[in-house]
Amino acid sequence: MEKNNLKGWLYLLPAALFLGVFMIYPLIDVFVYSFEEGYNSASQTFFGVGLYNYSYVLHDPYFLQALKNTFILVIITVPLSTLIALGISVGLASIEKLRHLFQTIFFLPYVTNTLAVGLVFMILFAKTEYTDGLVNIILGIFGMEPIDFIEGSYAAKMFVLCFYTVWIVLPFKILILTSALASVKQDYYNAAMIDGTPRWRVFLKITLPMISPMLFYLVITGFIGAFKAYSDAVAIFGTELNVAEMNTIVGYIYDMLYGDGGGYPSYASAAAIILFVIVLTITSINLLVSKKHVHY
Amino acid sequence: MENSLQSKHKNTKIRKKTIKALTYTALGIWALIVLFPFYWMILTSIKSYGSYNAESTPAFVPTDPTFDNYITAFTSVPLLDYFINTLIFTLATTALMLVVTVLAAFAFARINFKGKNIAFTIFLSLMMIPSELVVITNFVTITNMDMRNTFMGLILPSVTSVFYIYLLKENFASIPDELYYAAKVDGTSDIKYLLKVMVPMCKPTIITVTILKIIECWNSYVWPRLITDDEAYYLVSNGIQAIREGGFGRENIPAMMAAVTVISIPLIILFLVFRKKIMEGVARGGTKG
Repeated sequence: MEKNNLKGWLYLLPAALFLGVFMIYPLIDVFVYSFEEGYNSASQTFFGVGLYNYSYVLHDPYFLQALKNTFILVIITVPLSTLIALGISVGLASIEKLRHLFQTIFFLPYVTNTLAVGLVFMILFAKTEYTDGLVNIILGIFGMEPIDFIEGSYAAKMFVLCFYTVWIVLPFKILILTSALASVKQDYYNAAMIDGTPRWRVFLKITLPMISPMLFYLVITGFIGAFKAYSDAVAIFGTELNVAEMNTIVGYIYDMLYGDGGGYPSYASAAAIILFVIVLTITSINLLVSKKHVHY
Repeated sequence: MENSLQSKHKNTKIRKKTIKALTYTALGIWALIVLFPFYWMILTSIKSYGSYNAESTPAFVPTDPTFDNYITAFTSVPLLDYFINTLIFTLATTALMLVVTVLAAFAFARINFKGKNIAFTIFLSLMMIPSELVVITNFVTITNMDMRNTFMGLILPSVTSVFYIYLLKENFASIPDELYYAAKVDGTSDIKYLLKVMVPMCKPTIITVTILKIIECWNSYVWPRLITDDEAYYLVSNGIQAIREGGFGRENIPAMMAAVTVISIPLIILFLVFRKKIMEGVARGGTKG
């Protein structure tokens, strides 16, 4: 037995080392940082302990802007992408021909580099001296004035960010919902068919309750993912997100840490913990709601 | 009577056909929205700089295709270096991850040792920790260890994925114990049993985990951006940002698109080859979005 103890830990050692140094220690340290006031990263000294970092972050207009952007992004993209994914998955489930082809195409955004394709989106939407950009030309056909999506109004920029976010997150949601739909037992549908139940009723009374756990899983992971949005915004608006008024909470954390305004790990830590608390709260609310409405 | 039944039957048939047609149209439209950026990327990359800027209404078919942009992409920015860096980073990280993960999963699945349950619980709870919380200290750690702008600094914090350990442990545990005892009787050592029996038997899961990690590494942006500011260590994602902010001059969009195409192609090929494995793997445990 003694020998097995040693052996067990020996096999576990590499993983434990990596996790200890790069996950458990940082997790404790981030709380320590967030309470150390006036931390200087060059001399690694600080003058006090308290809540000043949190107060600084919560009063920083850049953080408030990032908070607002992130919340708008979450509120728009999570329900929208879940609904679209549901529609597409139901569509996919009802056809036979070309189904695999569609599934393959729809999954493509998952395996692409967010920054690479973001650049393509930027070019499709951008209005330059040379051209109004393809999207504006298409809008022009419908009689709309060209809009500057990349450097124009807040609403226009937010629209592009939301559009790109939905484009990026859909593959995962479609995949999960497609397999959830496939796992609903055919017996239920057959019974409904014998009773002559109309399609929409079958969908509301059978399909939706049966896939509700997966739907809920997607909503929860969707919320968590959208709150951590960052590289999508960088892909479209570049790294100077504060200037573009398009920064996100995670973007704010990284800007505090490194870059032109960086060198403040204490502020970054405070912001990271605020983000963590927000995500935890929303997830708990989600779980509470799901207990009432999800059929397991 | 018979007539009205027939017409009713006909009506439902027509309705069914209409619904089907609408479904295909809707799916087709979304497929178009998904594919269009890729089409535009490739299309723009084979337009010459002159003709791209001359088109105030862009042409949908290239009139005069050219591959010059690809040459520009490789010669005027160190695209090849970004590529090699990403390849080194991806391969090293994935290989290290595999070793660490397989060993840990084996310990959890097959060996009885003191503290196993507590260790496993701690591992599981780590799955819930968002990377944003730990990245700050890791940045400070790596900076203090003078590992900024080194492969070590890029790779080490990216190695472990608790979820993959969990996934593999479940798979290992599903192999019947009898095999293990039989091997013990034959005097096979644990490590030999792991490599000769368990790993081959769990190959599908190992391949899935490997591919998911490769995708993750190839697309990683945040950590590399924090830890490298020397262009010699840029990965492709950072390379794209550098190219965008000045590589070809902001206006040379065809060259940019050539670079973006080159960067996107390896993963698209990987996806088309391992389509089934990737989609299964993501359905089991990938998250994004």
